[in-house]
Amino acid sequence: MSAPHTQRRSGRYSVFAIAREAMRLHSGWGRAWASPEPRSRYQVVIVGAGGHGLATAYYLGKNFGITDVAVIEKGWLGGGNTGRNTTIIRSNYLQDPSAAIYDKALKLYETLSQDLNYNVMFSPRGLIMLAQTEHEKRGYLRTVNANLLQGVATRWVEPAELGRLVPIMNLAGPRYPVLGGLYQERGGTARHDAVAWGYARACSDMGMHIIQNCEVTGVETAGGRVRAVNTAKGRIECDKLAMVVAGHSSVLAGMAGFRLPIESIALQALVSEPIKPCLDVVVMANTVHGYLSQSDKGEMVIGGGTDGFVNYTQRGSWHHVEETVRALIETFPMLSRLKMLRQWGGIVDMTGDRSPILSRTPVEGIFVNCGWGTGGFKAIPGSGWAMAELVAKGTPGPLAAPFGLERFAEGRFIDESVAAGVAH
Amino acid sequence: MLTLTCPYCGVAAEETELAPGGEAHLTRHGPGSSDTDFEGYLFARQNPRGVLFERWRHAYGCGKWFLAARDSVTLQVFGAYPAQTTAPPDDLVAAIRAARPGWQPPAAVSAHPDGRTGDDYALNPTPARDTLA
Ligand SMILES: Cc1cc2nc3c(=O)[nH]c(=O)nc-3n(C[C@H](O)[C@H](O)[C@H](O)COP(=O)(O)OP(=O)(O)OC[C@H]3O[C@@H](n4cnc5c(N)ncnc54)[C@H](O)[C@@H]3O)c2cc1C
Ligand SMILES: [Zn+2]
Repeated sequence: MSAPHTQRRSGRYSVFAIAREAMRLHSGWGRAWASPEPRSRYQVVIVGAGGHGLATAYYLGKNFGITDVAVIEKGWLGGGNTGRNTTIIRSNYLQDPSAAIYDKALKLYETLSQDLNYNVMFSPRGLIMLAQTEHEKRGYLRTVNANLLQGVATRWVEPAELGRLVPIMNLAGPRYPVLGGLYQERGGTARHDAVAWGYARACSDMGMHIIQNCEVTGVETAGGRVRAVNTAKGRIECDKLAMVVAGHSSVLAGMAGFRLPIESIALQALVSEPIKPCLDVVVMANTVHGYLSQSDKGEMVIGGGTDGFVNYTQRGSWHHVEETVRALIETFPMLSRLKMLRQWGGIVDMTGDRSPILSRTPVEGIFVNCGWGTGGFKAIPGSGWAMAELVAKGTPGPLAAPFGLERFAEGRFIDESVAAGVAH
Repeated sequence: MLTLTCPYCGVAAEETELAPGGEAHLTRHGPGSSDTDFEGYLFARQNPRGVLFERWRHAYGCGKWFLAARDSVTLQVFGAYPAQTTAPPDDLVAAIRAARPGWQPPAAVSAHPDGRTGDDYALNPTPARDTLA
């Protein structure tokens, strides 16, 4: 049924490939991934070709040898929150289950470019979370201790050292003086699109199908078990279905007849005009709801807090941008002279305890991975790793087990709302 | 900017004057209810892509809670009404129906399909309670 793959695919990327292509005016580069027509049946169907969906597919193939997989995406791959985030990567969480999965992700990020043969531009430039109230300072000192016990290297830095690490910062306040910071030197950023593209290419190489421009419009179940999905390109049967659609998780769950403890909220970010290098770490100022880093192109990449209400438009409210910028210019006065180039929004999937959901569902064969909210880019490799195990075995492994849906019934929350305090 | 007219004081309040309060018309399950009902009340949400009913507080105005109907995709506001009710007023429902043919008000919400009880859905990964897969 599937159309012949006439498009030439890329081979392995290497310095020799660059040299070879340089000799023939770059005429030989092929497509990074194939665009096949869907078959009528797959062992596993993954809905959503964001980072988490693609990583799930990749580790299904790599760790479990399951390659009869389709990743179905309504838009273009990486066009959801994966391509809209501010790319902060860190693993300095307070609760043990969070530290475990986020640090697994960070460790995988450290070697991801080599693993995927695709440069994801992982940049462990260091990450600082500023304490700007006494309360916040006490909170971060507690996190440093928790991280110590978890084996996640972080340390507390005093204002004097912060001044050297971040020269553009105004430590004195007056409203929010900088009292110190939680420093994770292994934290940093990566190129968001490249993470999605690298996984997509590797999945395609394993023979998996990535089907773009194909919205899933219905889920067919029989006897409490999943049978198929209806899509813009027809009905596709599957043994297992993984819903990995972030802000649209409630919509997909609704198709299968269950509800989730999720609300979909807009989160915005903005970038400035490019300027000369002035900031070589990531700085988060959670009390004032702002965080920034400088991209390789020189733009200041700025994010803030979420908007307040359910919104599926990928456009946020203007006053939240204003609040973010207003707050940041006290601590970073030089920002006040910058022109902002672009501003955009994504629809983030918020849970009550601000922790993700990797879980079986009331329908047998359906698994969900969602609830990453404002902070799931950093988790992509670890989440895919844990989700692949859940889907392959039908039961969660140690990384995913604490994040099941049953934690809400049991009141066993993994409360990161106080620890992180803000979007990122 | 989102603007909602407060049904108490009549002020056309801008978003910055209002505090969002989440999904409206939740049935409040308390002591004595089933675990599933209690969980559903506390956590499960419609979170619809389309028409939704939600709670708002006129925080920087009269301070009172009210309810509003809105479309989460177009951000169109259908109307606001006082909070002392368990269902949206009929004329508002009619107005939404006229604007969104085929739309049905959400049925009495239940966290799980098929009317199965909470115990059937124990999703605890420990094998003893492992009723799935
Ligand atoms: C402005 C902003 C800044 C952020 N900053 C950070 C940060 O600095 N660090 C960090 O760690 N995280 C950050 N995040 C969060 C992070 O972006 C997300 O948690 C993460 O990208 C989620 O990835 P995902 O693969 O789950 O979802 P997505 O990338 O959104 O992918 C889900 C996909 O599902 C598709 N889909 C939806 N419905 C259907 C359907 N019916 N059929 C088929 N496909 C469907 C969508 O089109 C989408 O492509 C930020 C988010 C935003 C919006
Ligand atoms: Zn009022």
